[in-house]
Amino acid sequence: MIEFKINGRAVSVDADPQTPLLWAIRDEIGLTGTKFGCGIGMCGACTVHVGGRATRSCITLLEDVAGTEITTIEGLDAEANHPVQEAWRNLRVPQCGYCQSGQIMQAAALLQDIPNPSDDDIDAVMTGNLCRCMTYPRIRKAVREAATAMSGAKDNG
Amino acid sequence: MGNKLHSRLTTASGPGDMTRRGFLVSMTAAGVAFGFPRSSVAAMDPAAADGVPITPAGDAFEPTLWYWIDSEGQVNVNIIRAEMGQHVGTAIARILADELEVAWESVHITHVDTAEKWGTMVTGGSWSIWQSWPVYRQAGAAGRTALVEAAAQKWGVDPTTCQARDGAVSDGTNSITYAELVSAGLERSFTEDELKAIPLKPHAELRLVGKDVTALDIANKTDGKAIYGLDAKIDGMVYGVPMLPPTRLGSAVSSVDESGAKGVKGYLQTLTLDDPSGTVPGWVVVLGETLMAAKWASEAIKVTWNAGDTSGVSEDDINERSRQLIADGTTGAILPTETPDTTAAFDGATDVLEAEYSTQTVLHFQLEPVNATVFQNADGIWEIHTGNQWQSLILPTLSAALDTPADKIVMRSYMLGGGFGRRLNGDYTVPAALASKALGGKPVKLVFFREDDAQFDSPRSPSVQKLRMAFDSDNQVVGMEHHAAAGWPTGVLVPSFMPKGVNDEPYDPFAIDGADHWYSVGPHKVRAISNDLANKTFRPGWLRSVGPGWTNFAVESFMDEAAKKVGIDPLDFRLQHLKAEGYNAGSAPNAVGGAGRQANALRRVVEMSGYGAADLPADTAIGIATTFGQSRTMPTWTAGAVQVHVDRNSGRIDVQKIWLAVDCGTVVDPDSALAQCEGAALWGVSMALYEGTTFENGNVSDLNLGTYTPLRMIDTPDMEIAFIDSTEVPVGLGEPGTTVIAPAIANAIHNAVGIRLRHLPMRPQEVLDALKA
Repeated sequence: MIEFKINGRAVSVDADPQTPLLWAIRDEIGLTGTKFGCGIGMCGACTVHVGGRATRSCITLLEDVAGTEITTIEGLDAEANHPVQEAWRNLRVPQCGYCQSGQIMQAAALLQDIPNPSDDDIDAVMTGNLCRCMTYPRIRKAVREAATAMSGAKDNG
Repeated sequence: MGNKLHSRLTTASGPGDMTRRGFLVSMTAAGVAFGFPRSSVAAMDPAAADGVPITPAGDAFEPTLWYWIDSEGQVNVNIIRAEMGQHVGTAIARILADELEVAWESVHITHVDTAEKWGTMVTGGSWSIWQSWPVYRQAGAAGRTALVEAAAQKWGVDPTTCQARDGAVSDGTNSITYAELVSAGLERSFTEDELKAIPLKPHAELRLVGKDVTALDIANKTDGKAIYGLDAKIDGMVYGVPMLPPTRLGSAVSSVDESGAKGVKGYLQTLTLDDPSGTVPGWVVVLGETLMAAKWASEAIKVTWNAGDTSGVSEDDINERSRQLIADGTTGAILPTETPDTTAAFDGATDVLEAEYSTQTVLHFQLEPVNATVFQNADGIWEIHTGNQWQSLILPTLSAALDTPADKIVMRSYMLGGGFGRRLNGDYTVPAALASKALGGKPVKLVFFREDDAQFDSPRSPSVQKLRMAFDSDNQVVGMEHHAAAGWPTGVLVPSFMPKGVNDEPYDPFAIDGADHWYSVGPHKVRAISNDLANKTFRPGWLRSVGPGWTNFAVESFMDEAAKKVGIDPLDFRLQHLKAEGYNAGSAPNAVGGAGRQANALRRVVEMSGYGAADLPADTAIGIATTFGQSRTMPTWTAGAVQVHVDRNSGRIDVQKIWLAVDCGTVVDPDSALAQCEGAALWGVSMALYEGTTFENGNVSDLNLGTYTPLRMIDTPDMEIAFIDSTEVPVGLGEPGTTVIAPAIANAIHNAVGIRLRHLPMRPQEVLDALKA
């Protein structure tokens, strides 16, 4: 039994400790918003937060997350209104949408680390996430819009 | 497309006996001490968090099979197209809602399961809007007509004095909602002839078409709720992974040694598939209680195969075969151009320009690897849970594989984690169905890991093309030839779909469209050649823009080469030959304006980009290209300009900006239209510069992102895209943007540093080699 917290709830998963975290989240816990793309950590569709860090769950073993706090797309915001999600909807970023959970989780982590990223920062970080529909121009704009929204919220409050 | 030809593709296979090979598996629930409950449903309504479509309140009025209105005025529109990023349901529902005159807020969509009544179910070819436009407009107009007539009758007034708007009818004095009319009872259905006779709204009165909207599927794609095939979950399901034979065709299993897997916890069994449909010869499926149990077991299982005879085939072999076939003038089909015989033109020519272009194999690499979940339900129906683009094509195959009548098989609709043509070939559902059948109908979820998905993709075939142009003594163009050889997706998977050329040979239109361009060049011979070695080595696929992705690379590069040969600017050269006359005059309803509209798109992109006028730094230039999108029968007039900088030291090609001008007729959903063009253009960049694989030993040599390198954000250029105002029939947008980019880049490179690259992708090493030459 591997115990950890996911989206604020304690879970205990009885699966092979070598299981990639991705499949534990999807098939054992039943949260399917996190996606499988390449299995080698190079597309980013499986990105979740482990201890607040953007993490490729397809190459992270279940045994390595014991005792951690994990956030998936389902838990990023209780009402799905994280500024990154709002920006994604405002700019109508998704096409097929399959990579977007990972894109959003990566972008949320980026804005936590670098609240006011330069265009180069956005490109450098987000280039690790493949979007096969090629929504890159909109992702770029949405990250910028979310950064503005978040810094505005901070200034006001 | 030939709807009748394709209406269902039924097979003759009878009921047969539903053999159950008692592979009953004992299953223990995968252990979770704490879980989140989740129901297993398809994604029929992409706006609903649980995917479940609305049900009608009270009796519903259903004037045609495409929609109903219930007693509360809610409208449900049935969509037969797959949602794979185009927001297709939103666009189609708006076409209908506009004619029906209902408020957008009352509109819902349902992506339907397969059933005979829907006719052909296919999502590809950039066809969805074009094909749906007349059908859903008529359907909406029929409902409006019936509702207006019912209101008029109720009030005893002439229907022509009544007006429908926002889900209500009024005659200036009285007003009644659609909800009230439906509640009061309304029965009216229309025959095909009646439907055709109903007048449609004039373009100026369209209220939803062409107006901005947020697509219905977007919200659920930002919070993890959208349900894709890989998310299918059926109680009691086991997981499977395939073990692939050394060749796509012709391999057979000679032995299976599963002893190594015995110690893998959760390993269930290994199936050597027996496939009456011939889709997956030599495939093995390994089953486990969990996906990783199946995967780990597969890594410990040893299978030996008798390999098919293509196990040594390389990309060079395939291309050499193409060159042989091109050199042999007797091969291939000659397309019905205006004057296909070019003999006299070339015999009498003063000068001939000739060039060969080639393109490498390309993978779909749709981000959701192919997968399918299959079981036999309590009613004995085989349920196929998956994302798919051509249900009508694969159902007969599944019928053969399961030895079950097609009406005992249903495919449930899920969101597609990318299609791009990969899921037009539903081959991946067959091994899942065979595995479930071997277990007596138990649910099996078959998942391809990325490497398996890539290895047996239905990739874009490598191509070789030879182009020739004849000039007279005044440097005027007097003839042209285009010889194109490649694997033929339609030839392999749907041969009945192929038209015949003037020499009575069939051809795959998807592998040659684009070569039959709208330039007036005198006699024009277009020869489409099927590469038999490609066809037997792999399953050639339809990949975003298919043939026009390579034919236009050749045509539009060649137009620049020809212009420069005769000392005319490539823009002027194109405009001189884009004449809306004769064969290229265009015709109603789909190609009104002909070559004139293509010339117009080209002029527009030149204005936008400043081509020819911009003052640019050294080794930097703009190149142009123009196409008609996917086919002469449904032209999307497309023009592109690309600005590149070439680094002479590294060979790196930096794409700095893209401009696109597109005339697709009426734009139905402007933002989704824009998104399609953005994605299509960037696919063009990706295939021009960054992605391509090669066949080695019978298989593609790149299986994952370590070596296969599609475009990423960091190399994504700025884009400016304009739609040309039009009230003509809406045509396709999924693919046309792809077709102009590679030739525009090649032309820009030539303008920047004087080298001509004739092979895709254009890699830095080829730039360096050409600069040295």
